[in-house]
Amino acid sequence: MRLEEIAAKLGCETLSAVDHDIDVDAVVASDGMSEILAFHRPHALMLTGLTNIQSVRTAVVADVCALIYVRGKRPDAKVLALAGEHGIPVLATPRGMFESCGILYEAGLEGVM
Amino acid sequence: MPEELLSRSFDLHSHDFDKAGEISTEIKGMLKELGIDSQVIRRVVVVCFEAEMNVVMYADEGTLTFVLTDEDINIEIADCGPGIADVDQALEEGWSTATDEMREMGFGFGMGLPNIRRNSDSFDLRSKVGVGTTVTSTIRLDGLG
Repeated sequence: MRLEEIAAKLGCETLSAVDHDIDVDAVVASDGMSEILAFHRPHALMLTGLTNIQSVRTAVVADVCALIYVRGKRPDAKVLALAGEHGIPVLATPRGMFESCGILYEAGLEGVM
Repeated sequence: MPEELLSRSFDLHSHDFDKAGEISTEIKGMLKELGIDSQVIRRVVVVCFEAEMNVVMYADEGTLTFVLTDEDINIEIADCGPGIADVDQALEEGWSTATDEMREMGFGFGMGLPNIRRNSDSFDLRSKVGVGTTVTSTIRLDGLG
């Protein structure tokens, strides 16, 4: 599924430059960064409610294709700048983690944990 | 005898949450430039990142030493700090002594050391209470470990 479709389903706001041609087939979702590192699959989409700098560092280490912050949370400018430096698209959805995962699962995306 | 191709050493500082992970990112870039297999890079970077976070969260200071040979990558993280009283327990998934502050940072759920071990072809942890901890991890370049 294209990132553009995912963004529409979750009512996402784009927080940084997003290449909508990104194709997503798996999702990793957690507020625990070590959990994401334990169960990641390269090029998965990452969902988290953690908005600090470590969320982006984890995204870089886990080689995710894009990062969506849930529960309407927004990272600060420094965090967005780091994501931009590494070419990671960043979006934010007002929906919670449970609801976001449910929507994406129903749409056919696979979880990696 | 493996031939050493590259060696780097990095200082790690306690409670420097903002900078934690910078070294891992640097190592990732370095290995990419050298054309190392992407799966090997991911394993190395997970080991380095978790180790960085452990030192930042629990120790007073530490050093991460990274050695690339023509056969493998060796990572040693040595810290001065409280040490680990029960190493077997510390390696159990889910066991943690993290504070709420650490968990708010997204870490401290008892996955760090298990993640390091899982991504290592060879793993060793030595610790002395009140002195510090040394973790060594080796990851083979051929992915056959």
